[in-house]
Order: sequence, then C-alpha cells, then structure tokens
Amino acid sequence: MEEQKTSRRKFLNFIIGGGLLGWVASVVYPIFSYLIPPKVPEAVVNSIKAGSVADFPSNSGKIVKFGRKPVLLIRTDTGEFLAFTATCTHLDCIVQYRQDIKQIWCACHNGIYDLNGRNVSGPPPKPLDEYKVNIVNDEIVIINELG
Amino acid sequence: MKTMVKNLYGWLDERFDLSPLIDFMSKKNVPVHRHMIWYYMGGVTLFLFIVQVMSGILLLFYYKPGADSAYESMRFILTKVNFGWLIRSIHSWSANLMVFFAFVHMFSTYFTKAYQKPREMTWVTGFLLLALALGFGFSGYLLPWNELAFFATKVGTDIVGALPLIGKPIMAVLRGGEDVTGATLTRFYAFHVAMLPAVFTVLLGLHLVFIQRQGMSEPEELARLPEDQKKWMPFFPNFVLRDAFLWLVVLNVLLFLAVFYPWDLGFKADAFAPAPAGIRPEWYFMFMFQTLKFLPGHILFVEGELVGILFFGIAGIAWMFVPFWDIRAKSTSKFNPMVIIGLISLIFIIVMTIVGYLM
Repeated sequence: MEEQKTSRRKFLNFIIGGGLLGWVASVVYPIFSYLIPPKVPEAVVNSIKAGSVADFPSNSGKIVKFGRKPVLLIRTDTGEFLAFTATCTHLDCIVQYRQDIKQIWCACHNGIYDLNGRNVSGPPPKPLDEYKVNIVNDEIVIINELG
Repeated sequence: MKTMVKNLYGWLDERFDLSPLIDFMSKKNVPVHRHMIWYYMGGVTLFLFIVQVMSGILLLFYYKPGADSAYESMRFILTKVNFGWLIRSIHSWSANLMVFFAFVHMFSTYFTKAYQKPREMTWVTGFLLLALALGFGFSGYLLPWNELAFFATKVGTDIVGALPLIGKPIMAVLRGGEDVTGATLTRFYAFHVAMLPAVFTVLLGLHLVFIQRQGMSEPEELARLPEDQKKWMPFFPNFVLRDAFLWLVVLNVLLFLAVFYPWDLGFKADAFAPAPAGIRPEWYFMFMFQTLKFLPGHILFVEGELVGILFFGIAGIAWMFVPFWDIRAKSTSKFNPMVIIGLISLIFIIVMTIVGYLM
C-alpha cells in the first residue's frame, strides 16, 4: 500500500516536472529563435565595373563595393591590376594598400599581406581571396571566380 | 514639522514594522584601520553608476539609433542641444571612471582577502557586475556610430566568432546578421539601454544587500587583535557622511574632466573604408587586444586568436570563482600564493595596457 502511494507520487512529480520543463522550453524557444537574424536575400554579384584605367594611378589602392562586400583594387608600380577581398582574415577589419611598403596592410593588428594576397607578417592566419581583374575597353572589371 | 515626520514614521512603522530595520542599521559599525580607504571604492563605483543612469536617460531624449541617424543625432546633441556636449561628455567620462573604480574595488577586495568566507557570493555578484559593466562599455562604444567604434565592434564580435561550434551563431545574434551593420547598432542599443540595465540592477541590489547584511570585512591583521584594541566607527552617520564627501569630490573631478577634456565624436563609420591606423578599443579592453596582437597566426595547429580567447575565458572564470579555490598560505611562509597570482594578473594587465598605447 505504502509503496503504491510513493510510486503514484513519483509518477505525478514526473508528469508535473516534465510539463513544467515543456512549458519553459515553449517560452524560451521562440525567444531564442526571434534573436537569430533572418537571412536577407541578396543579389548574387559576379562582376562589377570599377571605373576607367586612366583614372587609376600606379602604385595605389582603393576599396570598391562588390555587392555588399568590400574589395581592394590595386594598381601596382608596373601598371598591373590586382583585386582581393578587403576583409582581413584575422579579425574582420578592412585592409588597405600601403604605397610606402607596396604591400597590403591591416591597421587593426598590423597584419601584412604581399601582392599575391599571402599573409606574410603579423597575426592573419590565411591569405586574402583573389579576384580576377579584366580590362574591357579601358574599363576595369572585377570578376569573382570563386562563385 | 517634527511631529509630522514622526507621525508619518509612526504610520509606516505600524504597517511595515520598520523598527528592527532601523535598529539593525543604527548598530552597524565599520572597522577603523589603515587599509580603510579601500572601503570607499565600491561606493564611488556605485555613485558613478548613478551618474551613468541619469546622464544616459538624458541622452535618450535626443539619440536616434540607426546607421543613418545615430551619428547625426550625436552631432546634433553635441552642437545644437543646450549643454548636450556636457551631458555626453559626462556620460563618457563617468563610464570610464566607473570601470576604473570597479577594477580598483575588485583588486582591493582581492588583496585584502575580503572575498573569503562568508563573502563568496558578494565576490561572485561583484565579478558579474564588472563583466556587465564591460558589456555596457562595449555596447555603448558603438552607439555614436563612428569609425573607431565600428572597427572595434567588428574585431570584438569577430573574436567571439572564433569560438568552435557556438561562436558563429553567437556572433550572428550579436551582430544581427553576418556583418556589423545598422542591425548591429539596433541590437547594441537594446542591450545598452534595456537588457543590461535590467540585469545589472538586480545583481547590484543583491550585491548591496549582501554587504549590508554581513557588514564590512575585517582584514586579517585586525581580526587577530583582541576585541578591546579594535576601533570602530558607526555606519550612520559617520561613514555615510565620509562617503558623501568623497562622492562630492568625485563629482567635481568628473565635471572638471568633462568640461576641459570633452569627448571626441570622430568620423562617421563607413563600411567601405579601410580601417584607420590607431584603431583601438576602450582602454579596459586594451590588454586583451594587445595580447591578441602579439599572438602568431598559428600556435601548434590552433589559430592563435582562439588560443588567446580560450586563455582569457578560462582566466576570467577562474577569477570569478576565486573564493572557492582560495589557497590559504601557511603562517610560516613568507610568500602567499594568492598575492603572487594577484600581482602577476595586475602587472600583466598594466604592462599590456601601457604597451598597447605605446605601440
């Protein structure tokens, strides 16, 4: 008799406790889901025009918008055009072309990349992704070949 | 007038039984000794928090969150609103002083061993309050939407993203998307003016109740003295009046700083401009920032950045639970291990901060 009573108590505790847990989950789950930002659809950009060759002096760099991402366009001493993603692989800062050292520099933590995008000094763990640059009728076209 | 107050007190006492509370407060004593000065540091931090709440509420009247309006509304406050520059400057200065005094308060509690039994929970709530204060600083830093804050926020949230598995989802929740945008600003605004204050107020209430209930901790050397050689001071009114005097001094220092060294607004954030040179976080994050700067890209097979984050995470948690792993020194030994740990931490923080500003 006594044993039956405790097992009934146990059963009720289990049901009530489980119900309470379910209730908490039903409150917490929507709140957490609400906080996760929804994916905003964005147009896929595969190439952009970045102005005319004549406007771009040698040994200089410029940040251009590639969709929603910044891209660093560089014209070297020899007049060659290069483009890399401008987001530092270390901690997400935006890099710049340094005319004095002729390398790519991130001001946040003194990271340095060479003109192949390779991380050569400082904390960056990975190289910068490279974009292809074509010159079409004297106009600079940056193409993302990675897709 | 006197009878009116007395009647009012009688009316309240009849309903809420205030006498035991008054009795408790009137018997409260503060130990008098040469390390007494450290008792005031928590009070100064509390005062600066009150200043933060008041100046923050005033800023809310004009500030407009949003990537297109935040910087402009700040400029409006600084240039058009009567005394707007003063309120904003007070808010910035007081925030920095508050964090500074919270650190002083924490280290003085640590070195005087006031965290030991029975005050473990006062230490833990205090640590959480400091963590929240840093959260206030980090979220508030972004609100003017200027260049420095924009990149500091990019770096700060990206550090969280480096954590394995949970990092990226937490980063997305903090940023309100993949990148730092206007959505991040809205979120930080919600953290800064609603969520953090709510949690902070609850913890602060607990922290203060614990202190009132247990009284001031006596340092070891005082506790060893026989009762008749100990000196005490009543909490009311002696200690409270000394506290009030110090608050007045701090208010004057704060006003001096706010008037003669007003805080800069800087340039508006631009997501398509290179990070400016000299980008740095608030000074109280500098030692962590500088340590990350020194770490190489890879340590063994792990990203250097991740090693740094894990190191600070573990150190922080260990610090929070200091009362529970406290190593008691043998009375014969000259070296107290806890003092050495504390000194190493303090020197590390100070040296890294200075190096951060020199480099």
